Amino acid sequence: MVGGNKIAVALSGITKRFPGVIANDQVDLELLEGEIHTLLGENGAGKSTLMNVLTGIYRPDAGTISIWGKAVQLENPKDAIEQGIGMVHQSFKLVPTHTVTENIVLGLGRGLAPVKIEEAQTKVAELSAQYGVKVDPAAYVWQLSIGEQQRVEILKILFRGAKILLLDEPTAVLTPQEADELFVTLRSMRAKGHSIVFISHKLDEVMAISDRVTVLRGGKNVGTVLVKDTNPQSLSNLMVGREIKFATFPRKEALGDPVLEVEGVHALNSRGLPALRDITFSVAAGEILGFAGVAGNGQQELAEVITGLLEPTAGSVRVNGVDMTRESARRFIDAGVSYVPADRHGVATVADMSLSHNFVLRRYREPKFAKGPFLNFAAAVGYARRLIKEFNISTPSHATPIRSLSGGNLQKVILAREMTTRHRLLVVMSATRGLDVGATEFVRETLNEHRHKGRAIVLISEDLEELLSLTNRIAVLFHGEIMGILDADKAEIASLGLMMAGQAQAEVA
Amino acid sequence: MAMRLELRLERSRKLEVLVPVVSVLLSLVVCAVLLLSTGTNPLTAYGAMLKEAFGTSYGFGEVLVKATPLILCGLGVMLAFKMMFWNIGAEGQLHMGAWGATAVVMTGWDASAWLMIPAMMLGGFAAGALWALIPAYLKVKLNTNEIITTLLLNYVAILWVAHFIYGPWKDPTSFGFPMTKQFPDGAQLLRFGDSRVHLGLVFALLIAVALYFIQEKSRWGFEIAVTGSNPRAAEYAGMNAGRNILLVMLLSGGLAGIAGMVEVSGIQLKLLKDISPHAAPYGYTAIIIAWLARRNPWGVVLVSILMGGLYVGGETVQITMKLPVNIVLIIQALILFFVLGGDILSRYRLVFDRKEALSGG
Ligand SMILES: Nc1ncnc2c1ncn2[C@@H]1O[C@H](COP(=O)(O)OP(=O)(O)OP(=O)(O)O)[C@@H](O)[C@H]1O
Ligand SMILES: [Mg+2]
Repeated sequence: MVGGNKIAVALSGITKRFPGVIANDQVDLELLEGEIHTLLGENGAGKSTLMNVLTGIYRPDAGTISIWGKAVQLENPKDAIEQGIGMVHQSFKLVPTHTVTENIVLGLGRGLAPVKIEEAQTKVAELSAQYGVKVDPAAYVWQLSIGEQQRVEILKILFRGAKILLLDEPTAVLTPQEADELFVTLRSMRAKGHSIVFISHKLDEVMAISDRVTVLRGGKNVGTVLVKDTNPQSLSNLMVGREIKFATFPRKEALGDPVLEVEGVHALNSRGLPALRDITFSVAAGEILGFAGVAGNGQQELAEVITGLLEPTAGSVRVNGVDMTRESARRFIDAGVSYVPADRHGVATVADMSLSHNFVLRRYREPKFAKGPFLNFAAAVGYARRLIKEFNISTPSHATPIRSLSGGNLQKVILAREMTTRHRLLVVMSATRGLDVGATEFVRETLNEHRHKGRAIVLISEDLEELLSLTNRIAVLFHGEIMGILDADKAEIASLGLMMAGQAQAEVA
Repeated sequence: MAMRLELRLERSRKLEVLVPVVSVLLSLVVCAVLLLSTGTNPLTAYGAMLKEAFGTSYGFGEVLVKATPLILCGLGVMLAFKMMFWNIGAEGQLHMGAWGATAVVMTGWDASAWLMIPAMMLGGFAAGALWALIPAYLKVKLNTNEIITTLLLNYVAILWVAHFIYGPWKDPTSFGFPMTKQFPDGAQLLRFGDSRVHLGLVFALLIAVALYFIQEKSRWGFEIAVTGSNPRAAEYAGMNAGRNILLVMLLSGGLAGIAGMVEVSGIQLKLLKDISPHAAPYGYTAIIIAWLARRNPWGVVLVSILMGGLYVGGETVQITMKLPVNIVLIIQALILFFVLGGDILSRYRLVFDRKEALSGG
């Protein structure tokens, strides 16, 4: 720990209730000057809620907040900014058609004192050099990758002079390399006396970056420990109250017939630019094919092409031997293609509808959930109750609107829905993103089970270790092309890394 | 001190109910101020309106007469709004419906009501539906803005009706008035007792029940709700947005068309110029109704009856207290204004900034 032991933030007795849940239950927390403090806890433990209290988005039902020893009332985000608190949310709030600098100063200039863009640009460049946050201040946001956009959010906070930074699962959307770069930045902030709250479900990251860890369970603080006095195993004990075993997954020996055959597929992205070039692969029953690659190299379009949401400009897609190239998404669903999209708020769920409704979002036509032209709502509720239990989803009830679920629980809802259909092919993007350790294991085991039941699975992920432990083969996408397909048994992280950077398999080998 | 709106993360149930009620009350208060400024005691005026509309059986009958087309149009608009398709064209669809029903009569066919009425309903429905399908089709094919197309088509429909009653369908014995001749008995809807309340009210209520089941219970209703709430999720769920836009507008326009049909067949007994009140046309009032009713079919029925009361009460004070007929329009506009404002406040909260903002440096 650098700096003195000045207390930047002291939360005491913070309680926040939502209808049917106590998200934070008398939480005490101290954040020191120059400290990286991790919040750890299962999905729905109350981490995001606590951060939202500290940024004035939620007002606590009880408890007090003091900043640098002074008791404060945070009525709204503006108050928090004035107290020098800034937060990087999981979904960013940037304007794509503006430049990095414009986004950073947006909302700062008022009335007669407009912000001078040139001055701001210089200052942004200085900050980015100072903290090792690599991003071009003049670039347009739409040109940036997710990782770069996150850096803009961080610069925005630094620009406003915040000393206290809150990062809610920042690494969930980053590639391993980007995560390493983020850690360099965080360390240099710490060295300059900033205080940082970091949230992550990845224990190795937590061990690597934090000074102290506070574990939340069921909304309560169950312990704050120094990282040097602990280890991943005891952290997960604290978190879930039991040990978590990390299973290995045997692959299936004999594969069945091909379920998905993609040949020579080309496709355009939503801006009309080529996104996929000459993609050819097939997945057999009983197989998990992984797709590795840095985000934005055609993963989204690939997933959409093989689920009927995007029509390829050339090539063919066959499911169970039937040509489906020009078929609608509806026909893909009927043919037994399940899909877990990356965008869980924007695509995979309807925020204002209940869990029950969302569970039948893609299944409401099935006889099980239909009564003639009507929706069999009782069946949907029964199904919802079953999945809530089976997938351990924390929610007050099946009638709760999806909007109020925690990030990880939302992901569980989508996984539960797509994994319990009688699918032949399951397409999953970032399966375990945002899931806690226990849920991650559960989902991996379930995917493995499905493989052994003879289903075909396409797993698109940036988590190389997950791909290596789960899949049969790994294909690497780069600029919309497949750089090669490796057997997971023989693949190494180093060579996958080179292929992700654009080297063909032949050159790597 | 600056003011600004901030998104509420926690949406309040209480506000959802409170907003429509408070908006109606506020609009009455503001209108009271207007009345005072013209030297009228607002309490006397409101009292007279209330008494006339809901205190006498004749008045209440007239309320139901007005409520009938309002319910039908309101249900149609509600369904379109549920899918976030902004159908502002109920007024035009109502006119086309009236025209379509009249067209059946104008063939010269004279049969019993058992045949005539269903045929006229079909004609009204079909004409209203076709009229609504034009903007729907343009939206699906060319992604045109439906607010503009539905609105502009209203004027076309009104002129279309005018063309026929000034021209080919004009009754030669009408002393030059632009109207058709009176419909034969078989083309007139049954009226109850000696009131003007007619069978159209029963149709409207039955359709409200049907729409409740379609919108709230059916799988198609689920598709409409999902499409309205998150179109990308609808696409992901394999729902056919284009087809649903066409179908929803077919029903939406068809219902407004039936409103036009019951107006000519139950009330006017001929096609003429002002089938919809000039000051506050049914088709536009229906928009306010659908919004106030929170897109709920029972709500539409209830609010339509209240709005019917406003029409009847407004007519009364116009005659007895010599107030301008526009008072109805003013109250309606104020209600809409407050409901929309209230909607914003139930989603955002108003924040007052005490301190000066940070400067850019
Ligand atoms: N706006 C809200 N309305 C109602 N309930 C909410 C709301 N926000 C959070 N909750 C509930 O509060 C609890 C804590 O949620 P929170 O988002 O803080 O969890 P989390 O620890 O961040 O979980 P995750 O790891 O899944 O992101 C959950 O049970 C959630 O359903
Ligand atoms: Mg969270």
